[in-house]
Amino acid sequence: MAELLQLLISGLSTGSIYALVALGFTIIFKSTGALNFAQGEWVMLGGMTAATLFAAGVPLLVSLLIAVVVAVLMGLLSQRLVVGQLRKPSAMSITIITVAIAICTKSLVMLILGKNPAGLPPFSGEGALRIAGGVVESQALWIIGVAAVMMAASTYFFGHTVLGKALRAAAAQPEAAALVGISPQLSMSLSFMFAAGTAALAGVIVTPLTLTSFDHGTILGFKAFCAAMLGGLGSLTGAMVGGLLLGVAESLAGGKLSSHFKDAVAFVVLLLVLVKWPNGLLGRGQIEKV
Amino acid sequence: MQARFISIGKLGQSRRILALLWLAMAAWPFISPNDYVLSLGIYFLINLILVASLNLIMGWTGQVSLAHAGFYGLGAYVSGVLSVRLGISPWWGTAAAALVVGAAAYLIGLATLRLRGPYLSMGTLGFSGILSVLFVELVPLTGGPNGLSGITPYALFGIDLDTPARFFWLAWGVTAVVMWLLLNLYLSAQGRALRAIEGSEIGANTLGVHTLAYKVVAFTLSAALAGLAGALYAHFNLFASPETFGFGTSVLLVVMVALGGSGLYWGPFFGAVIFTAVPELLRKFQDVELLVFGMCMIAVLLFFPGGIASLIGHRSPPKPRTAPADHSAPPPSQSAQEHGDGAAGSR
Repeated sequence: MAELLQLLISGLSTGSIYALVALGFTIIFKSTGALNFAQGEWVMLGGMTAATLFAAGVPLLVSLLIAVVVAVLMGLLSQRLVVGQLRKPSAMSITIITVAIAICTKSLVMLILGKNPAGLPPFSGEGALRIAGGVVESQALWIIGVAAVMMAASTYFFGHTVLGKALRAAAAQPEAAALVGISPQLSMSLSFMFAAGTAALAGVIVTPLTLTSFDHGTILGFKAFCAAMLGGLGSLTGAMVGGLLLGVAESLAGGKLSSHFKDAVAFVVLLLVLVKWPNGLLGRGQIEKV
Repeated sequence: MQARFISIGKLGQSRRILALLWLAMAAWPFISPNDYVLSLGIYFLINLILVASLNLIMGWTGQVSLAHAGFYGLGAYVSGVLSVRLGISPWWGTAAAALVVGAAAYLIGLATLRLRGPYLSMGTLGFSGILSVLFVELVPLTGGPNGLSGITPYALFGIDLDTPARFFWLAWGVTAVVMWLLLNLYLSAQGRALRAIEGSEIGANTLGVHTLAYKVVAFTLSAALAGLAGALYAHFNLFASPETFGFGTSVLLVVMVALGGSGLYWGPFFGAVIFTAVPELLRKFQDVELLVFGMCMIAVLLFFPGGIASLIGHRSPPKPRTAPADHSAPPPSQSAQEHGDGAAGSR
């Protein structure tokens, strides 16, 4: 029982990270129709920036904020200088150009911040908590908490604020949104900034547990794709649920079945879900007009 | 009638170009100063099959596979494991590799190609993840993270094809046959049906193309070719390591198809050159080169969106695309304005 609880909490904390990254992934998918391969690199960018600043003596909270701002700027630049410049943007061409953005981001981080792995201290000091007989890292609770706040905030933002609704409108129907005065260019930029910001936040809060280095991004991005697809591409709630489920499934499979094959278990779950519910658990089918 | 006439003319011309290219390539062993350069030529030929196989499903039918490096690896491991653990002849191993990979792809295709949309990408993403784990964790079979060593080379008339100079002619011949068959397929009625799916799946459907069957067969064939390339790689390199076949490589292959010219017959030739040369360059100057490579990629994609092959004559027929019909993905932002401003100039 205690072991189960422990696995559940560690699964939820990994799952929260997947969910945050998948959130940004979903936002870009909705506004461009493209799979964003740079998502994982932004996570790494956030972690590496915060860790480098902290090592240079900047307070933890300030390094966190600067890291998020740096990533947001990177998202803005990627959209303005690269994606927005495509002459005939299509889902395929944007997807492919995000691979180029990912390669550039990764190599820039490697050149500027170095190749060594970097870490951060846990937010509330070293130490594990005992809950109902199980041992839990305090940072895991921080991750779950921050991710929960972030998810609640973005649900509110996209559901209840004018700006959030405008972004959704621009994603659903760019021409119609432009007619009522929503700039498609600006809303694309905002989507990229939002995606990069959440990714960087996830990168900062996970760094105390896992360390980070310039080549950590790809695998996280890969897992976030799986999470977004598990929940249903294009659904914000789906991304969150998919992320949490993937994290818990991995953790349980690792603890109860075999630590060697835990990644495979997650992918088998993904394949089975896709065969049974091709739109993911919460996604709605895309209706295509001819 | 007229269209058919034109395509036969093109077929003749393309066949002549392909034949000349292959004759020119036969000079490679004689002009290579050393075995290293010669083996780069061999890797180019193997990569050509690999990139062309991905182009078949991604460029012709518009379905992106994110598991092609996985299929390549599965082919390498099937043939390699059969030869190392069971002592089966590499020739039979190669056939088994193509069959096993094709069968796996057939199952994935049946499950994910029923619907329009990025479902093949999702299914292959999951499959690629499973393969990566299996390559590393099935230690008794695959050798695990250390890789599979001791793979036997091909033998022909009692001679082992274990040096680049001997292996070159096998790769040269096999790749010639594959590219010749792909050219015939590209310009046949079936090939046109496949490419119609890329233009508009619903359109192809209404014209009588059984799109599910076509997509599944194309995907199976594409994966089987990747498996064949993997087996060739395994019996040339005589060693297979799981890192070669990861998710990153799959993504890179997708990029190579796009850089070369997605959906164009000659595209994979350029893609394979880049795919062969870039890792060699990166090995020499690791740091800055990666950034330069990324920048070049952005430049090519921004300024030559059709890929390198679209610059030289052989173009696929222009696709009339109007904004609303451009399927599920809404064309973002300025495309609407550009359409209005630039339509007269660009058409």
